[in-house]
Amino acid sequence: MSSLQSLDIAKRSATTTPSAQARKSVAEVAKLIDVSSCIGCKACQVACMQWNDLRDDVGEAHGTYDNPRDLTPQSWTVMRYSEVEVEKDRLEWLIRKDGCMHCEDPGCLKSCPAPGAIVKYTNGIVDFISEHCVGCGNCVTGCPFDVPRLSKVDNKAYKCSLCSDRVGVGLEPACAKACPTGAIRFGTKEDMLDYGSERVTDLKERGYANAGVYDPPGVGGTHVVYVLQHADKPELYHGLPADPKISPLVSLWKGVAKPLAVAAMVGAAVAGFFHYMKVGPVEAKEDADDKATDPTDA
Amino acid sequence: MAIRYLRRYEDRDRMNHWFIALMFVLAGLSGLAFFHPSLYFFSALFGGGVWARILHPFFGVIMVAAFAVLFLRLWRENVFTPADREWVEHSADMLRGNKAAMPPVGKYNAGQKGVFWLMAGCLAVLLVTGITFWQPWFANSFPILLRRLAVVLHAASAVGLILGVTMHVYAAIWVKGTIRAMTRGTVTEGWARQNHPLWHREMTGKQ
Repeated sequence: MSSLQSLDIAKRSATTTPSAQARKSVAEVAKLIDVSSCIGCKACQVACMQWNDLRDDVGEAHGTYDNPRDLTPQSWTVMRYSEVEVEKDRLEWLIRKDGCMHCEDPGCLKSCPAPGAIVKYTNGIVDFISEHCVGCGNCVTGCPFDVPRLSKVDNKAYKCSLCSDRVGVGLEPACAKACPTGAIRFGTKEDMLDYGSERVTDLKERGYANAGVYDPPGVGGTHVVYVLQHADKPELYHGLPADPKISPLVSLWKGVAKPLAVAAMVGAAVAGFFHYMKVGPVEAKEDADDKATDPTDA
Repeated sequence: MAIRYLRRYEDRDRMNHWFIALMFVLAGLSGLAFFHPSLYFFSALFGGGVWARILHPFFGVIMVAAFAVLFLRLWRENVFTPADREWVEHSADMLRGNKAAMPPVGKYNAGQKGVFWLMAGCLAVLLVTGITFWQPWFANSFPILLRRLAVVLHAASAVGLILGVTMHVYAAIWVKGTIRAMTRGTVTEGWARQNHPLWHREMTGKQ
């Protein structure tokens, strides 16, 4: 996607200095997906395709409603259908709209080596800036939710942009606009959490004792939050992780290890230089019987 | 008295060595571009970030293939022997420039052998881990957790290799007369007698 005005960038990939911080009053946004109100109509998938001009290849039927079967560079959101029996003999059909969660602490951004290829705006949206993407796939391995997909056509990574281009001009994301049941809502994160807790109270009254809002703290919270009937078991919802975190393999290496490694490599060259200046070269004498030696030679 | 020379490397080994060195520079600079943001400017040498990403694995694989040939020709001479322990115990004397304290060594001293095995080990890890996240050819065949681990091991062994090469290059600059072993294939008899006396004896039959 194209970049918003630079004052609205809070974090930038592979960048070691802070972004512009003059603007402090930007409200954080969030999309709330109320799984308990979703009827699985896929209007959100269609709206996403339409707004973003995406057309996936026609896939194959494989006996479930999941179609397309997975996120792809052309399908930035997909409905995941899970048939579960939380209580015996009481079938529940849990339908989760999958896509980028827009983490407050994005694993993709942390693992990206290309400066500015991934940005997080001050409103919380995480966006891929395709013209800076080098196609290495680190965002794919860095994401705790397995969301980004690398295109085989152009080797660029793609994912939901939360319609940053629409949000930037005061519109709601296309999926929220299209949802016929109000299961997808968009607004400030504060408002969405308030609305979410109302829904949770409602669900609890209707017998879902473990209903709750999914806003995982392991990634600093997300700018896409779910209302789940069974918030104690998010894995029921097509493997939604219970406690997503940036992998320690990513955070250790991108955190303290890399500057130390750079220091070690530069340090080795500097140490060699000073060693040479202190000790001097090792020189061979061509005649072994020649006893005339350099007086400074140890 | 005319300086006498001893042959240390065949021409094919020297050419292979310099080919590996060239590939090391290319793979190293294109890889360092993605190592740390402060080094991203190296990608400009290859036509930008995308080209650096495309070319880096090819440089790496070619370097490993060329090194494999050198490895097969040199590994026997780099096997550690019990005598190497004494050299290691005196390595601090070596660094202080007190070469008189060093025990006599053959074609390679323990430090050279160590660098040889460090490079061989790092290159093996770089090759295996690199394939697991080589986009777009192989990466999608491997699970994400394995690729996360592979990226870390790849970067760590790259640091190991760069430190090994730094030692290798420094030793060649420090010990005068060494570089001609790779630029001409020969070393002087005095160099051999001083730095590799057992090899000197083997080559000349002299004490």
